[in-house]
Amino acid sequence: MPSETDVLEPLKVAEEWCGEGRAVALATVIETWGSAPRPAGSHLVVDSEGNFQGSVSGGCVEGAVIAEAADVIASGKPKMLEFGVADETAWRVGLSCGGRIRVYVEPIDG
Amino acid sequence: MELSALQALNAARAARRAAVVVSDLSDGTARVFLEGTSFPAELAKAISAAFLTGRPGPLTIEGRSLFFNVHLPPPRLVAIGAVHISQALARFAPVAGFDMAIIDPRTAFATAERFQGVELLADWPEDVLAARPLDRYTALAALTHDPKIDDYPIRAALQAQCFYVGALGSRRTHAARVERLRQAGVAAEAIERIRAPIGLDIGASSPAEIAVAVLAEIIEALRRRDLGGEGGKA
Repeated sequence: MPSETDVLEPLKVAEEWCGEGRAVALATVIETWGSAPRPAGSHLVVDSEGNFQGSVSGGCVEGAVIAEAADVIASGKPKMLEFGVADETAWRVGLSCGGRIRVYVEPIDG
Repeated sequence: MELSALQALNAARAARRAAVVVSDLSDGTARVFLEGTSFPAELAKAISAAFLTGRPGPLTIEGRSLFFNVHLPPPRLVAIGAVHISQALARFAPVAGFDMAIIDPRTAFATAERFQGVELLADWPEDVLAARPLDRYTALAALTHDPKIDDYPIRAALQAQCFYVGALGSRRTHAARVERLRQAGVAAEAIERIRAPIGLDIGASSPAEIAVAVLAEIIEALRRRDLGGEGGKA
């Protein structure tokens, strides 16, 4: 029986989506500095339509990660992203908490 | 990550096996290692450390940029007593990431319609726990305040070094329980581990509020548990 946890569990969602034939990218928090809302190892799963489940930052940079995930799915190549107040795009997708994070985005290869 | 690796990881997690995933960040390939199996020599130290600390992180080994992710089994919550508080706990605990089981030999209480979505075992704790022993990653909440039902699983939980052992009942009920356990030969420092009155002191009144107080106390016990020695192992 699927519990409520399953619904919130991005790795199970990723497997389900792959099973449905959807193209899927997995984003993982690799490293954090300072105050970052989600710890290393946290996952966000994205499909080619921009549907997503999970979180890598508590909402601050998810939009940017989802946009990059589309490129990763299209190219089939993984990508490392960095976000933080020192980032030149901070005004757009910075972490308001003042932390910095590195997020790895990779395709799930069937 | 390959779909086959993702499937292997999800299967391990469903079976409550601890797993470390080692991803090569240069190309996205991933390998899944289960606790209790053998690891490649160059990775063995980092994989073992990941299992022990439960902390994911990047590491460069032999010039390769790797990421070690750790998946420890989700903590379990075993509630003794299919009571009103357990009904609320059965709603909250799965959302907070706990696998929950409820044990109560009184079949009038332990009905499936009162407890959807969690495991319900309408049998004596002695019998259930013989088949499915408690472990360090399990919290036990004794909620019947009937010594015939609660006392055995409390002793079993102390012996299994469950990260949390809580027992419902007034100070007076608990004083009587402490005396029974002492007479039964349970060590004083073990008895001191029992959280009673149960739940953080937030002035909880309704069964649902008490369930929140109990769950908060369980989370505190889990997150602040002693990681020294064997305690940190899955």
